[in-house]
Amino acid sequence: MTILTLSKKELESKIGNIDDKLRNKIDMFGTPIDNEDENEISIEIFPNRPDLLSLQGFTRGLLAFLGKGKGIVEYKVETPEKDFKVIIDKSVKKVRPYTACAIVKGLKFDNNTIDEIIDIQEKLHGSYGRNRKKLAIGIYPLEKIKLPIKFLARKPEDIKFQPLEFPKEINGRQILSQHPTGREYGKLLEGYNEYPIFEDANNEILSMPPIINSEKTGKISKETTDVFIECSGFNNEFLKKTLNMIVTALADLGGKIYAMEIEDKVEGKYLSPNLNAEKMEFQIDYINKNLGLELSEKEIASLFSKMGIGFDGVKEKCYALVPSYRTDIIHKIDLVEEIAIAYGYDNFKPEIPEIAGVGEESKIDILKGKVAEVLIGLGLLEVSSYHLSTKEKQFKKINVKEFKDKIIPVIDSKTENNILRASLLASSIQILSENSDASYPQKIFEMGRIFSYNDECETGIGESERLCISLCHEKANFTELKQVLDYLMKMLDLNYEINETENPSFIDGRVGEIIVDGKSIGVIGEVNLTVLKNNRIMMPVASLEISIENI
Amino acid sequence: MVKKQGSDINKIVEFLSPNERKILSFLGEGSIEEVVQHSGLDKTSVLRALEFLSNKGVVEIKSSKEEIVELGINGLLYVRKGLPERRLASLIAEKKSIDLNKAKKQSGLSENEFKAALGVLKKKALINLINGKIMLAGSKGEITKHNLEEKFLESLPRKLDSLEDEEKFAFENLKSRKNILDVIDKKIVEFKVTKLGSELISKGLDEKINEMIEAVSPNLIKTAGWKGKKFRRYDLTGNVPRIYGGKRHFVNQAVEYGKKIWLEMGFKEMTGSLVQSGFWNFDALFTAQDHPVRELQDTFFIEKEAKLPGGEIVENVGKAHEGKIEGSKGWQESWKEEDAKKVLLRTHTTCLSARTLVEIAERKEFPAKYFALGKCFRNETVDWSHGFEFNQTEGIVVDENANFRQLLGYLIEFFKKMGYDKIRIRPAYFPYTEPSLEIDVFHPIHKKWVELGGAGMFRPEVTIPIFGRHVPVLAWGPGFDRIIMEFFEIKDLREMYKNDLNKLREMKIWDK
Repeated sequence: MTILTLSKKELESKIGNIDDKLRNKIDMFGTPIDNEDENEISIEIFPNRPDLLSLQGFTRGLLAFLGKGKGIVEYKVETPEKDFKVIIDKSVKKVRPYTACAIVKGLKFDNNTIDEIIDIQEKLHGSYGRNRKKLAIGIYPLEKIKLPIKFLARKPEDIKFQPLEFPKEINGRQILSQHPTGREYGKLLEGYNEYPIFEDANNEILSMPPIINSEKTGKISKETTDVFIECSGFNNEFLKKTLNMIVTALADLGGKIYAMEIEDKVEGKYLSPNLNAEKMEFQIDYINKNLGLELSEKEIASLFSKMGIGFDGVKEKCYALVPSYRTDIIHKIDLVEEIAIAYGYDNFKPEIPEIAGVGEESKIDILKGKVAEVLIGLGLLEVSSYHLSTKEKQFKKINVKEFKDKIIPVIDSKTENNILRASLLASSIQILSENSDASYPQKIFEMGRIFSYNDECETGIGESERLCISLCHEKANFTELKQVLDYLMKMLDLNYEINETENPSFIDGRVGEIIVDGKSIGVIGEVNLTVLKNNRIMMPVASLEISIENI
Repeated sequence: MVKKQGSDINKIVEFLSPNERKILSFLGEGSIEEVVQHSGLDKTSVLRALEFLSNKGVVEIKSSKEEIVELGINGLLYVRKGLPERRLASLIAEKKSIDLNKAKKQSGLSENEFKAALGVLKKKALINLINGKIMLAGSKGEITKHNLEEKFLESLPRKLDSLEDEEKFAFENLKSRKNILDVIDKKIVEFKVTKLGSELISKGLDEKINEMIEAVSPNLIKTAGWKGKKFRRYDLTGNVPRIYGGKRHFVNQAVEYGKKIWLEMGFKEMTGSLVQSGFWNFDALFTAQDHPVRELQDTFFIEKEAKLPGGEIVENVGKAHEGKIEGSKGWQESWKEEDAKKVLLRTHTTCLSARTLVEIAERKEFPAKYFALGKCFRNETVDWSHGFEFNQTEGIVVDENANFRQLLGYLIEFFKKMGYDKIRIRPAYFPYTEPSLEIDVFHPIHKKWVELGGAGMFRPEVTIPIFGRHVPVLAWGPGFDRIIMEFFEIKDLREMYKNDLNKLREMKIWDK
């Protein structure tokens, strides 16, 4: 969840006084307010709208939504000045093949705006950039560097510069081991013989993406007015979009956007950035059919305008003009949602259509309901426990010694519960153990899934629907439990037999296998006293556990 | 109810149970213990009889509470073996100076005990810690002296309000340590014979009273033995011992109700495995392979490799991700089967919807309406509002004419039946639906909107790989636990599967 925290004063200066009505509008724009106090307002930005992750992007979108915008905002890109050029060297193609770059001039920075720029960068790294895995952004003061710029790769030992917030010059390998940011993101460069760098015309290293900028050339100050921006990574489309989000935000701050010539030694030359809107074809009917509305062409055009999207064309051939910084419009269905949001989710009239259909409960749930009904009639209380448990509880505490190949661990569980349960009996014993202060008799049952390895299943893990009953009180014994089983089987119209068996959780000679149609469906018996003692249960317990899916 | 002021002593007599009659003549003795002794009844019966007599105004019962300080589990042990600081002190008194690690070993204390002991001795300035060595600070006599805490422990059990200032100090010190002391509430019951009671006692009981009929028996009916006799009157207001019936677990009561709503609305139930492949849980639902939910820290994975389904579906899903189906740019990243083969605990019941859609497509049986209500998992730490298991209610409507307004219709209807009248629908984002929405309900106490769960219409990138073309599907999957917690007034999610039998027995039933 990405949260955009803004100064309330600053936001109000742009969108007006924030009252309940406006709060509701903000929520209805698809940017719910997460938190608010006197000074700050925090807004949740969904992962499909990274373009809203700045004060500029957010206010641009919201103002349009409130009807105070002018539809799609057009940004002018100035032609490159002398040496506004970035050369992508062949050497970097194996490590980090692409970069999208631009220059923005005429900015005025103060401490606030510097913090804001860093914040946008960090938010984009964290969300859209998947923690810098997908892309990394660098912003540099133009006055400290000499154009043109080269993007290349070099052996880590040959990369020497003073990284940000570090006292001295170190090499590429040392950055990964000594610098805090290097330690955090170093794994992104793992396995490469050469690391990517940006270098200026004076052979000064500007940065080593996706790790860190240089202290000398990579730090914006209050004196900075012009900046060089690059986004580097693996997929040029993502990089271009990200660059567009940043340059448009900077343009909203008063900057002028300049193109740069990218000379890719492998793929050729082109200009960056490209802020032209993207045309997407759609049909008026398509939108109306999906939403259950009857909007006219004109209405749709004005609704698009509330979403900062342009409109072009006539009835048969309509185009939406999607701003160059939007990443989320990947199919015309996405235009449908834009219209829905602009129309207002609270303005739709709900409707339930007449679709024939007969309700049908699953067979297993019907059976479970019937079993529960019978057992409740006998005064038993249903319990319900977690599917995840521990090795200790599932095996050791019920005296199961051979369990190595029965353990199904889940990877990196955040709690002590790190295996899938293998029986309900174990959970039942645990419940009795934890309830020694509750009055007796304690008669409980549980129905649920247990897990075991089974290569015939799609996932290699088999699931079985089980019933477990435990009776626990001064006189609990096999006979009483067999009475319960007997009644249940009679009600389910099933014949069964009990064969003597052995089971480490039960007392020898007092445990049997329950057989239905020649197949064993489970066990019944008096619980082993070692098990009771291990679990501090000071009353006799009779338990049964049977499979209920095949009966 | 018997009138306490009713001076009709004879009538009161008819109400007296055998036990009440039995203890009546011993009430003058004054204490419960003596009544027990003289009447030959056990204490519980005497207390019960006294309660009945008090209802009749024969005695007045005064009960009060007293806090008693007792030895806890560790306390009992320490009285026998000495407090940890005593054991450590003896060692130091003997050695004068000792290495920290050696002291730990030789004292035989556990890590925690050793830490506590060290703290106590330091606080009392009996030792110094210098360069990893413990040095005796005071005199040997000082450190071996029997201290306040020890004297206090030996004096237990004691009434809490009877402690002297010095003892209170010792009590506070020991109370903060684990299991040394237990403070127990003891209930003290005393009684006094009322004026009415005195009259009753001095009047004495007529012999005839014993001829009153106590219990009704088959024999009594057969022999008509009741004729001409009086039945002993019952005190109808007295408390009776509590009994508990069997019932379903409260979560399942609520789940049953939720299911009933969907069944009544004509939905068929979907069931399926809790263990699923990444393919069904994520890929078929157009969740990008680098989406954070697919990381270990969000989802429970199991070290296994799943089989992928046969047919064209796998290839088609891959195409959708890579932007190779018509009209979609996809995620613009290459799609790998290996991630789809990962085995995991389902993070939503929507994986059941994906599988059901494939069946519906094969049988070409739509319009169709399906629902599921079941457990899902996420790799979470546990606190009052988070858990690693949760319930979700899932629904899909497959229909050529399905639209957004109908989606709102189904959801509002369901939540109305669940008891929520004030509902708000707002935009949201899920990778597999477009448009997407979130349902909020208004919380009357906190006076704010509370999120209940998401819904939307499946994206073409979900439906095209399954149907070969886009068929509109309405889909929702709101969480169900918040509804359960609210109804049963559960403040802490951990209560859901705690299985505290006392609480389960006392809990009201789901009555919607």
